[in-house]
Amino acid sequence: MATFSAPADLSAALVMTPTPLVDWLVILPVAWCILTGAVLMMLRHRVRAHAVLAVPAPVLLVALNAALLAHVAVSGPVTMVVGRWLPPFGIAFTVDLTGALFALTAGIVALAGSVAALDDIDDSRRRYGFYPFLMLLMAGVNGAFLTGDIFNLYVWFEVLLISSFGLLVLGSERGQIDGAVKYGFLNLIATTLFLIATGLLYGVFGTLNMADIALKAEAAPDRIPLMTLTALFALAFGMKAAAFPVNFWLPASYHTPRIVVSALFAGLLTKVGIYALIRVGVMLLPMSLDRLSPMLSLVAVLTMLTGAFGALAQTDIRRLLGFLVVSGIGAMLAGIALGGPDGIGGAIFYALHSIVVMTALYLAAGLAARCGGSFSLAALGGLYRSHPGLSALSLMLVFSVSGLPPFSGFWPKVMLVKTAIDGGVWWLAASLLLAGFLTLIATARIFLLAYWRPLPGVAAVAAGEGPGCPVAVFWPLVALTALSLCVGLFPEPMLGLIRTAAASLIDPAAYIRSVFPQGLAP
Amino acid sequence: MKSLILRTTAPLLVALMLMFSIFVLLRGHNEPGGGFIGGLIAVAALAIYGIAGGVETVRRAIVFHPLAIAGAGLLLSTLAGMISILLHVPFMTGLWVTPSVLGQPVPLSSVMLFDTGVYLVVVGALTGVVLALEERGED
Repeated sequence: MATFSAPADLSAALVMTPTPLVDWLVILPVAWCILTGAVLMMLRHRVRAHAVLAVPAPVLLVALNAALLAHVAVSGPVTMVVGRWLPPFGIAFTVDLTGALFALTAGIVALAGSVAALDDIDDSRRRYGFYPFLMLLMAGVNGAFLTGDIFNLYVWFEVLLISSFGLLVLGSERGQIDGAVKYGFLNLIATTLFLIATGLLYGVFGTLNMADIALKAEAAPDRIPLMTLTALFALAFGMKAAAFPVNFWLPASYHTPRIVVSALFAGLLTKVGIYALIRVGVMLLPMSLDRLSPMLSLVAVLTMLTGAFGALAQTDIRRLLGFLVVSGIGAMLAGIALGGPDGIGGAIFYALHSIVVMTALYLAAGLAARCGGSFSLAALGGLYRSHPGLSALSLMLVFSVSGLPPFSGFWPKVMLVKTAIDGGVWWLAASLLLAGFLTLIATARIFLLAYWRPLPGVAAVAAGEGPGCPVAVFWPLVALTALSLCVGLFPEPMLGLIRTAAASLIDPAAYIRSVFPQGLAP
Repeated sequence: MKSLILRTTAPLLVALMLMFSIFVLLRGHNEPGGGFIGGLIAVAALAIYGIAGGVETVRRAIVFHPLAIAGAGLLLSTLAGMISILLHVPFMTGLWVTPSVLGQPVPLSSVMLFDTGVYLVVVGALTGVVLALEERGED
């Protein structure tokens, strides 16, 4: 109707204080990714222009994420409500230490992938839209880490899922379509379950804002089906994270796309599922997660062992690494099942370590295949002599992923095993150690067969004579390995951050205060 | 498709539908309508044009590649949200200006800019899909 009534006084429902510029850091990583993704999409056929934009864009993303982490570390959780409407009605982006740490690590991995793609992704695949998809994937990943609204989390899951479909079928080879169907089908089921659980949650609490839900779940009467909700969320996120018994989509699809795409997927996608499980399970529904923890422990053990045994049985390096991703997810689930600041902290630390190291391992496998001509352990050999630099990096990554000192994999494993022993869950501790041991055997097999063993029947190639390593993949690999080594040598700052992050997840008072500065409206 | 009736009426129909789609887009702020539904109507129009005159005609008529249109829409929507950084209000706050055109106040808003972006995203993405499907049918 064209007749306007007297305008209502909206100031009670709006943010009236001016928003300081620094708060924009909360939204800028996502907005920046969407902006560059859109521009790259418009320039899709100008392949030369992609490289000019595609490397500076993730550099700025890392800078934004680092600034956000610094801001959050100094001043606690930060909230920005989109569209000026006060929470719980406006959609809130709330960043605490956990979200900022995950976002920064994801940004670093995206930068490494984007540089490595300069070499690995050829012009025709760029024309298909590798870089636009990559930036939109990062928009989804960052959005999932930074949002403070559970339906918004679902939306970011969709964004990253759609972009990942695009990346997975880049080039439309037969094997890729096959992998994408399995990947897509399982992930769509998981997303649907997530949506159903969110609908149920909204029906129960009447709110989608995470801080609001945390408050209301704490004071929830007994008749509310909290267990159902938690189990549904755990199943949905478990599927995303590739937990046993819904893990088979991962080894079936991760070896099909280009190696950079596999590297990014192995680093980022499953960890978004773990992050969501930590956020929703630990922060929003802690009581029912406690009751679910025996079940989760069992799933964790089975996931670890399936991953490790699966890795032992493979001869294709990419498939082998896919199973290692699964095994790592088991360790993170063990941390979530153990609970407490050290258990959750261990899970977060392990996830961050896994993001960096799994990406690096896939990049290294890509280089090994480039230099040796195959992904198969049966055909590779002699890389130790012809590519000493690559061999050294690979050996370091093998140690890191198996949880040996002095690399980043060691500390989260120590945290988890110690928590398990302190809590009297000896079998969880034992399976963590066993999985680590099996992982070492599996990855040492890669090193022995592909690098150390001289290739039978072929004269040894001296260093520098074989096909060279492309610089654009080599240096990101060096950087990621160095990051893992640095965190392994100087874990204290990281451990400090992670302890604070875990503590503020278990007691989200600061998070809630950041969303409702004046206390919850009655 | 070789139908004289369709080919004769298509331009008229398409023009009408495109105008209606823009009407729905602009109407969307206070009444039912908006960028998404408006975009869908526009895509329907382009699809009819494609059936009547062939896919190439449509590609020539819309000048840009459909996905470039979608990208431009995404860019426009995000930029519409970023305007609020200048006024110290949160992301995507609805901002209004009411310039006077020929003595008549015309309310313009960042919300409308956002909605126009949505319109372009829908038009671009779905036209891409529709044209690809129609191309398959022509072979």
